[in-house]
Amino acid sequence: MSLVSKIVTWARIKSPWVLHFNTGACNACDIEIIAALAPRFDIERFGVVLKGTPRHADVLLCSGPVTRQIKDRLRRIYEQMPDPKFVVAVGTCACSGGVFKGCYNVTAGIDTVIPVSAYIPGCPASPAAIVDGCVKLLMSLEKSEEQAAG
Amino acid sequence: MVSKSRSENVQIPIGPQHPALKEPESFLITLQGERITKSGVRLGYNHRGIEKACEQRTYIQAMYLIERVCGICSHSHSTAFVQAVEEVAGLQIPRRASYIRTLIGELERVHSHLLWLGVAGHEIGFDTLLMYTWRDREVVMDLLALLTGNRVNYGINTFGGVRRDVDAAQMEQVLKGVDILEERTKYYITVATDEVTLINRLSNVGKLAHDDAVRLGAVGPTARAAGVARDIRKDDPYAAYADLDFNVVTATQADVYGRTLVRVGELLESCKMIRQIIKNMPDGPVTVKAPRKVQAGEAFSRYEAPRGEDVHYVRGNGSDKPERVKVRAPTMANVQAVAHMLQDGYLADVPIVIAAIDPCFSCTDRLIGVARESGGRGIMTWEQARQAGIEWHRARGIDFTRLNETFRCGEPR
Repeated sequence: MSLVSKIVTWARIKSPWVLHFNTGACNACDIEIIAALAPRFDIERFGVVLKGTPRHADVLLCSGPVTRQIKDRLRRIYEQMPDPKFVVAVGTCACSGGVFKGCYNVTAGIDTVIPVSAYIPGCPASPAAIVDGCVKLLMSLEKSEEQAAG
Repeated sequence: MVSKSRSENVQIPIGPQHPALKEPESFLITLQGERITKSGVRLGYNHRGIEKACEQRTYIQAMYLIERVCGICSHSHSTAFVQAVEEVAGLQIPRRASYIRTLIGELERVHSHLLWLGVAGHEIGFDTLLMYTWRDREVVMDLLALLTGNRVNYGINTFGGVRRDVDAAQMEQVLKGVDILEERTKYYITVATDEVTLINRLSNVGKLAHDDAVRLGAVGPTARAAGVARDIRKDDPYAAYADLDFNVVTATQADVYGRTLVRVGELLESCKMIRQIIKNMPDGPVTVKAPRKVQAGEAFSRYEAPRGEDVHYVRGNGSDKPERVKVRAPTMANVQAVAHMLQDGYLADVPIVIAAIDPCFSCTDRLIGVARESGGRGIMTWEQARQAGIEWHRARGIDFTRLNETFRCGEPR
């Protein structure tokens, strides 16, 4: 692994910028995401910073079963993110559609629209689970970068 | 002399993805310089089709689905729905159950108002307040988890009562938690009344006068901040509220600052109520047996959610599934007033004015399909829908024409 790519990997893993996007959730997962950023759980200690625009984000935190209205917007937001990008589905709805599966206005889960890197189940996913999921995603990145380097 | 370009209107779309707003909704703001001349809201991004889904589920399944209308005021929705079904089924719940429902409802109000205070702080660039309130909010989240087993979407209600009883040790814990919360609330009252930057930033922003609040049908803290003393807990007491001693907090400022004062005041009232509930908690069972099938009938149920009046309508047809469920969430009533509040305001005030009604768009996104009498379906304009409503009532001998002249409604936006 060259020195430059080592530094890039280090920077990427130590400071992932996240974008939170509600894809038709009931707000429960969204407030738990904010709670994960608040002092009790404080996900910022892993370098995670919440950003306002997809162009600055490395990780897209999605909550909700993806309504038909939001489907195209979600795809556009995903396309606006620079590579490499990762998507985390927060909550059972985002993973599979959850209780809303079969409703006329929802597709069942984020992965029906865009590729997902990590799934965090729970209705809603607790802040502890969100922190755990994000850390696991970062760990897997570190591992895959090492493997790619040989 | 004003140049030509300055007098032109500029349109700025905000959302559906926007850093200031946590939920997908879209506002179209028309500006003249820094001033807002026109604003429109577009909803529907969060529409999931819950009302229709309820019709395909049994009552008990629908109850858990209704709880997920909104994750912040989930207990409000589930209680309003359960109350309506109990009225149709003719169930009388035990007193202890109604006390436990009220206890969870007030704890939920505390968590929701603290959440709002933090979000409001964030919108005006006062992130310290966000971190403080969200830290303190964990106290009440722990209490909710202790009593119900869940931080959010508590699942405590069932038809005929509640699913869990509370024991003496838990009540002791709640009282300890309330002591901390009350102390912190008193600190926030000091912040809200002494902090000059906060007062200057929020005063005269998003004005909604008393008459406008009544005319536009505002509910909850948005209306109470304009001096409209409207609170379902007092006006039409449900659960255990008839036994409790509390005040309806109102303010006269009629702006965002007034809404802050009302919510902070309600935090104290909620702490007071929680103490009374624990002190007077009656003994007895927490549930009565509910039938699986509910007889034919219909009921309206009103509930004072943290954001305002929440209305549920349920119609049963004798089977184990509801025939129709209708939800009218408080934000649906308040969002009409937002356009009025934004009028002639500054662009920089848009996030805090929208946040000041404590919007919950997952509650709001309902849809009504219109089936024409001549057959077929289609889109009805607002004016057509209004006219159809007036004619429907007139055919049944109800005429609001004179009332309309008194409360002249503005042009639909």
